[in-house]
Amino acid sequence: MRREALEVVANEGIGPYHLIRVKRGALHPGDPGQFFMLEAPGRVLPRPMSVCFAHASELAFLIDPIGPGTRALCELRPGDAIHLLGPLGNGWRLDVERPLLVGGGIGVAPLPYLSERLGRPPALLGFRSEWHAEAAALVPNAEVVLEPTYVTEALPGGYDVLACGPEPMLEALRALVPDAQLAWEAPMACGYGACYGCAVEVDGVLERLCVKGPVLAAA
Amino acid sequence: MLLLNASGCLDAMTAPPVARSLDAYVTKTITPLPREGNPPVRIAETEHGMLNAIGLANPGRDRFLVTVLPRLRELGVPIWVSVGGFSAAEYAETCAALEGVTIELNLSCPNVDEAPESAAEIVSACRAATALPLYAKLSPAAWDVAESARAVEAAGADGLSLVNTIRGLALDDRTLAPTLARGTGGYSGPALKPIALAAVYACAHATALPIVGMGGVRSGRDALDLIAAGASAVALGTILFADPDAPARVRSELDAECSARGYAAPSDARAIAHEAHAHAS
Ligand SMILES: Cc1cc2nc3c(=O)[nH]c(=O)nc-3n(C[C@H](O)[C@H](O)[C@H](O)COP(=O)(O)OP(=O)(O)OC[C@H]3O[C@@H](n4cnc5c(N)ncnc54)[C@H](O)[C@@H]3O)c2cc1C
Ligand SMILES: Cc1cc2nc3c(=O)[nH]c(=O)nc-3n(C[C@H](O)[C@H](O)[C@H](O)COP(=O)(O)O)c2cc1C
Ligand code: FES
Repeated sequence: MRREALEVVANEGIGPYHLIRVKRGALHPGDPGQFFMLEAPGRVLPRPMSVCFAHASELAFLIDPIGPGTRALCELRPGDAIHLLGPLGNGWRLDVERPLLVGGGIGVAPLPYLSERLGRPPALLGFRSEWHAEAAALVPNAEVVLEPTYVTEALPGGYDVLACGPEPMLEALRALVPDAQLAWEAPMACGYGACYGCAVEVDGVLERLCVKGPVLAAA
Repeated sequence: MLLLNASGCLDAMTAPPVARSLDAYVTKTITPLPREGNPPVRIAETEHGMLNAIGLANPGRDRFLVTVLPRLRELGVPIWVSVGGFSAAEYAETCAALEGVTIELNLSCPNVDEAPESAAEIVSACRAATALPLYAKLSPAAWDVAESARAVEAAGADGLSLVNTIRGLALDDRTLAPTLARGTGGYSGPALKPIALAAVYACAHATALPIVGMGGVRSGRDALDLIAAGASAVALGTILFADPDAPARVRSELDAECSARGYAAPSDARAIAHEAHAHAS
């Protein structure tokens, strides 16, 4: 884990989301599913964001402006600088035989990096609308379903599922695919185990998601 | 000038280099029995600070003593153990079991039900149980924090930690229901700084005890303010969440502030606000 002030290179709208690209500096990009804490200008606390792309000189984050912190991040302009802390947490295990990436909504954010690292396996993505589904273009070999169809209805059998998405989607996947690897969310103040704010129930006990996860085994 | 972390704002086990960048590491509050803490949601950001209702999640006294404390000693920095409990006897039992540390009595957590005894009664019981240095951590919500400070000084405290969080409430933007599962939480961060300054200022005037000042410190200038109000050490809390490199930064900013103002060392600025006030009035 390392903290650096880095320059924003680009801010591009993709459907309702923003793809924010920043210089990488000396930061290690980490593994797919790991995340960084991004300084949200004007806010007291940083916000956790998964790595969407990692290139030699850049990191990219796909951000859904849903509240004050994410809106501040989506207003960044090229040339602005923000602090990044990371990489943090534990990503997906990549030693799987027949990977299928499953994403819902802004849960597609970490999948482009995961897809690249796994050699572009098939992906199944669910979105609320055509507009939201513009983000599917970031993920190779993706099949898209739109509401009222859910990814769980289109899910083929016999795959190693690696997923990220809204809690109801993850709960449904957990019930269907006991060996799935699921990336969860919790409000986080620090991302590195300091605040105990990100507690989630794992096997009946409260654990810090930033330390145990964010990727957890389903069963 | 000692720079510490505020209790509950750093886990030395998940971030050893951050703990080593401090002059002493303060543990999260330890209670006699293990506590899982409050259900989520436990934290919420507000405009000028954050609310937390962690609920003193900790491994409990026995597991702390056997498995955590020996590892903390390996860090090579002095250890302060924050002690909590639900009666004076509980606090005193934990104090009696500790060796080679400084003790900070958490007499002010807004997120759990309190012991029935007063702060001074708890300090007395702990004083009888240990010869280790005893700091009393007080709430800024007390009607007269200087009065509490005098009372714990008389009961045998060796120092004060000022301040803990102050109770606050945040409502969810969509539902207008409390954001935190527990309802209210402890308010920390930048908004707490003037409240902390007032408490340190009043207690430095009322007692001769050394004071660890904390509440909303983000910069060397914030640290200098607490020192000028009477603090002899400063602790970093909420800022560590955003910036784990804050200890080194705050220290160098503090040195720069001091030399720009003609102080050879931060300690030369200690309680200067009281002199300046005496001159002005
Ligand atoms: C490990 C991890 C990786 C993440 N990666 C991304 C990413 O790549 N792109 C992205 O857009 N978002 C991501 N998020 C979610 C993002 O961090 C939150 O949306 C953001 O912190 C919300 O901040 P805000 O101030 O905009 O909104 P807030 O005002 O904090 O929240 C707005 C609403 O969302 C709810 N909420 C806030 N945070 C969370 C949360 N973490 N989980 C569930 N509900 C929440 C609040 O209760 C509120 O109703 C990630 C979260 C985690 C934990
Ligand atoms: C998430 C969180 C957990 C805390 N846990 C404890 C605790 O266990 N014991 C304690 O005495 N104070 C606890 N505090 C209070 C801090 O030690 C400190 O007094 C307070 O946050 C003010 O400092 P700050 O504004 O720099 O954060 C906690 C604060 C936060 C934000
Ligand atoms: S976000 Fe602070 S402990 Fe996990």
